Amino acid sequence: MKTELSVLYDAPGPRQKKITWIGSILTLVALLAAAYVLVYRPLDAKGQFSMELWGPYVAPANENFDQLWDRLGFGLRQTLAAAVLAILSSLIFGTLLAVLRVQLRSVVRRTYTGFNLPVAYLLRGLSWTLSAVTRFCVEVFRGLPVVITIFFVGRGFPEFGISLEILWYLVIGLTIYNGVVIAEILRSGMEGLPGGQREAAEALGLSPLQTTRMILLPQSFRIMLPALISQIVVILKDTSLGFIISYEDTLNIAKQIIGVLDNPIQTYVVIGTIFIGVNYSLSKLAQYVQHRLARGRRTSPTRTGAAGTELETEAVAGTTT
Amino acid sequence: MRIARIAAIAAAATLALSAAACGDKGGESTGGEQKDFAAGTTMEKLNKAQKIKIGTKFDQPGFGQKGLSGKPEGFDVEVATIIASELGIPEDKIEWVEAPSKTREDKIVNGDVDLVVATYTINDKRKERVAFAGPYYEAGQNIMVRKDDSTITGPDSFKDGTKKVCSATGSTPAEEIKKYVKDVASQLVLFDTYDKCKDALKNKQVDAVTTDNVILLGYIAKDEDSFKMAGDNFTKEPYGIGVKKDDTEFRNFINDLLEKIFTDGRWKKAWDETAGKFGAKLGEAPTVNRY
Amino acid sequence: MSVLIDKFDVFAGGFWLTLQICVLAGTGALALGAVMAVLRISPLPPLRAVGTAYVTIFRNVPLTVVMFFAAFGLPALGSNANFLRIPVLDSVFSRLGTDLPYFRFAVIALALYTAAFVCEALRSGVNAVPPGQAEAARSLGMTFTQNLRHVVLPQSWKAAAVPLGSVIIAMIKNSALAGFFGVVGDLAQSADQLTSAEGYPFVPVAIGISIGYLIMTVPLGLLLDRMERRQAVAR
Repeated sequence: MKTELSVLYDAPGPRQKKITWIGSILTLVALLAAAYVLVYRPLDAKGQFSMELWGPYVAPANENFDQLWDRLGFGLRQTLAAAVLAILSSLIFGTLLAVLRVQLRSVVRRTYTGFNLPVAYLLRGLSWTLSAVTRFCVEVFRGLPVVITIFFVGRGFPEFGISLEILWYLVIGLTIYNGVVIAEILRSGMEGLPGGQREAAEALGLSPLQTTRMILLPQSFRIMLPALISQIVVILKDTSLGFIISYEDTLNIAKQIIGVLDNPIQTYVVIGTIFIGVNYSLSKLAQYVQHRLARGRRTSPTRTGAAGTELETEAVAGTTT
Repeated sequence: MRIARIAAIAAAATLALSAAACGDKGGESTGGEQKDFAAGTTMEKLNKAQKIKIGTKFDQPGFGQKGLSGKPEGFDVEVATIIASELGIPEDKIEWVEAPSKTREDKIVNGDVDLVVATYTINDKRKERVAFAGPYYEAGQNIMVRKDDSTITGPDSFKDGTKKVCSATGSTPAEEIKKYVKDVASQLVLFDTYDKCKDALKNKQVDAVTTDNVILLGYIAKDEDSFKMAGDNFTKEPYGIGVKKDDTEFRNFINDLLEKIFTDGRWKKAWDETAGKFGAKLGEAPTVNRY
Repeated sequence: MSVLIDKFDVFAGGFWLTLQICVLAGTGALALGAVMAVLRISPLPPLRAVGTAYVTIFRNVPLTVVMFFAAFGLPALGSNANFLRIPVLDSVFSRLGTDLPYFRFAVIALALYTAAFVCEALRSGVNAVPPGQAEAARSLGMTFTQNLRHVVLPQSWKAAAVPLGSVIIAMIKNSALAGFFGVVGDLAQSADQLTSAEGYPFVPVAIGISIGYLIMTVPLGLLLDRMERRQAVAR
């Protein structure tokens, strides 16, 4: 941030500093005035700031305070449980899928010179089909909204006779979608690595699977860490979609509370703040982890660096909800 | 290798969390009864298992609403509890599952619940997939409007195309009101719960909320200054108890039980403790339909 | 499978409505995101604070909460989003001009949410421009605005195009939520309606709306992949 600011305009001299000060104060006053007129006054007129509505959240003496925070605590635990399970399974599933796709790409290129002609063609056909099927599945599940995926799992599994707890439907739905996205992130990371790495591994006698496992995958993880982190934040936010299959996460509990206490705006402000707090800390924590990892090692040469930034911003910029 | 260690920790954490997430149900048993039922019937199965899963609404005041206590409360809940106790299953062994309008048939067919008591209107279309015991209450569809609004008097008021009405996705009242609405795109609003409809009505985003009268009464009772009922019930909504389609013995059991509680006072008591507090009248006990 | 043919008008209508939401929200998001991006790099600290606060809030809050605030908070503030009832526009986007505000609210919510991501994408584009360019412009005596307009922004488009594309794809997918907040008839809500209220079998309906969404997202995704590969080579 500092670099871009200093390149876009000169370091301010005394006159510029005065202008900036005056401008800042005027803007600040304008913003506060706008907030007061547009937000505070209408809300106050409708009594949204009364203790009756805010009481259960902030006043321990209020009769509903304990029960309400109990319920919210329950909802938060449910959200965290679903989120952690979904994150772990998405990472595992995504990694496996990424490895599978990279392997398939190299398998498709093999020419099977050791076998008879028809068998060779058959093997090539099979590997090509498998690669195409995987590609198809990945594109389909990337293109569908995660709401729809969760909806399908929640309504579809029971119809085919598989009956699980709602938590698992949510986790499976989230895993399918986010696993596929993570797989794409890791795969593009691996393919963005300099070709020399793969060649060197081959020269050392490593099989393609070993190459992927020991050399490409760890580097891809490290490079794509920002994108992976923001995908994890996305998973946490997406757990709130559990309400469409009646999973009792934070948001669903909030709806129940509103049903009894009738204070929607207050409830959602509190819930929103909680979400912002949790997600923001998660991102900050992850950034800290990334800095620690980056300090100890040299990052890869320019080509990867550039591809990394691009892909990372693509994923960071917004994969879903 | 570091990766192997991390993976092992992750796996352990997953297992621990899944155990925590799943294993948190049920407490100590407080005395179920062994009852005698004919072998092979659902009643015997449930009695032996000492557990029952009941689907109900979590967001209908007076009938099935999950409040701050974490347990649903209401008329439907009371009736279901009575059925469970007659099966010899104590109250704390009942697992309450949320059954929003659109999922009720699926939940019965898939066996996610053993029965559904959730303001469940009996109609022929649903009888194709599930079976109904009861009815145990006769409601009717009605319309709720703002207190100061006298322009809407019944479903015909929507025919001119200017009034907006709100209901819940997938519910019978929503399908019913579509017959009276001139232009669905500009007059009908659907949310997943009636709560949101009520807020929309209060905020003047819509002019009416339509659903069964008892649900509306719950909202009116909580906010008497803002809402009122627009007219009379214009449909008959007999509430039934949904069970698996071919389970005739279970249906008969429930029907016999319902006839008993209509007369021995438990039915009235359940009403007075829940929806009756809104000033709604219970009316005459309906006749169970043994089809 | 017959439901695909019998109710084809429902699917087509849902597709058209979802498309409308996406086009409107996308335009709004791009405009608002651009404004926020400029705010974030402006020299006045309060403006920078506003930009950063906006992005932090909308990136960390689930879209469900934003939609809820649009659908219920705005009326509490006394607004029906009537400023969006632009005369010419609502002949094409029919839902825009009706009395029912929920379509407009959904568009506003989606635009507000996506704008935060658009802002980040644009900023990453600006960051990708070699700093030497901006320095050279400054040494030529250009002011902040001239620098942005003539030197930095035109070059940042190329780098920002791919992230912007994936933000738009994400927005198309997020539009599925609008169906749960009062917008009757969009693709996701039609699926809900058909499988539950009208009892059609699940698999054909699932296939139907999947095709609807995939028509919108897959071509864009493939286009983005092509662009990304071309840019990687050009490097």
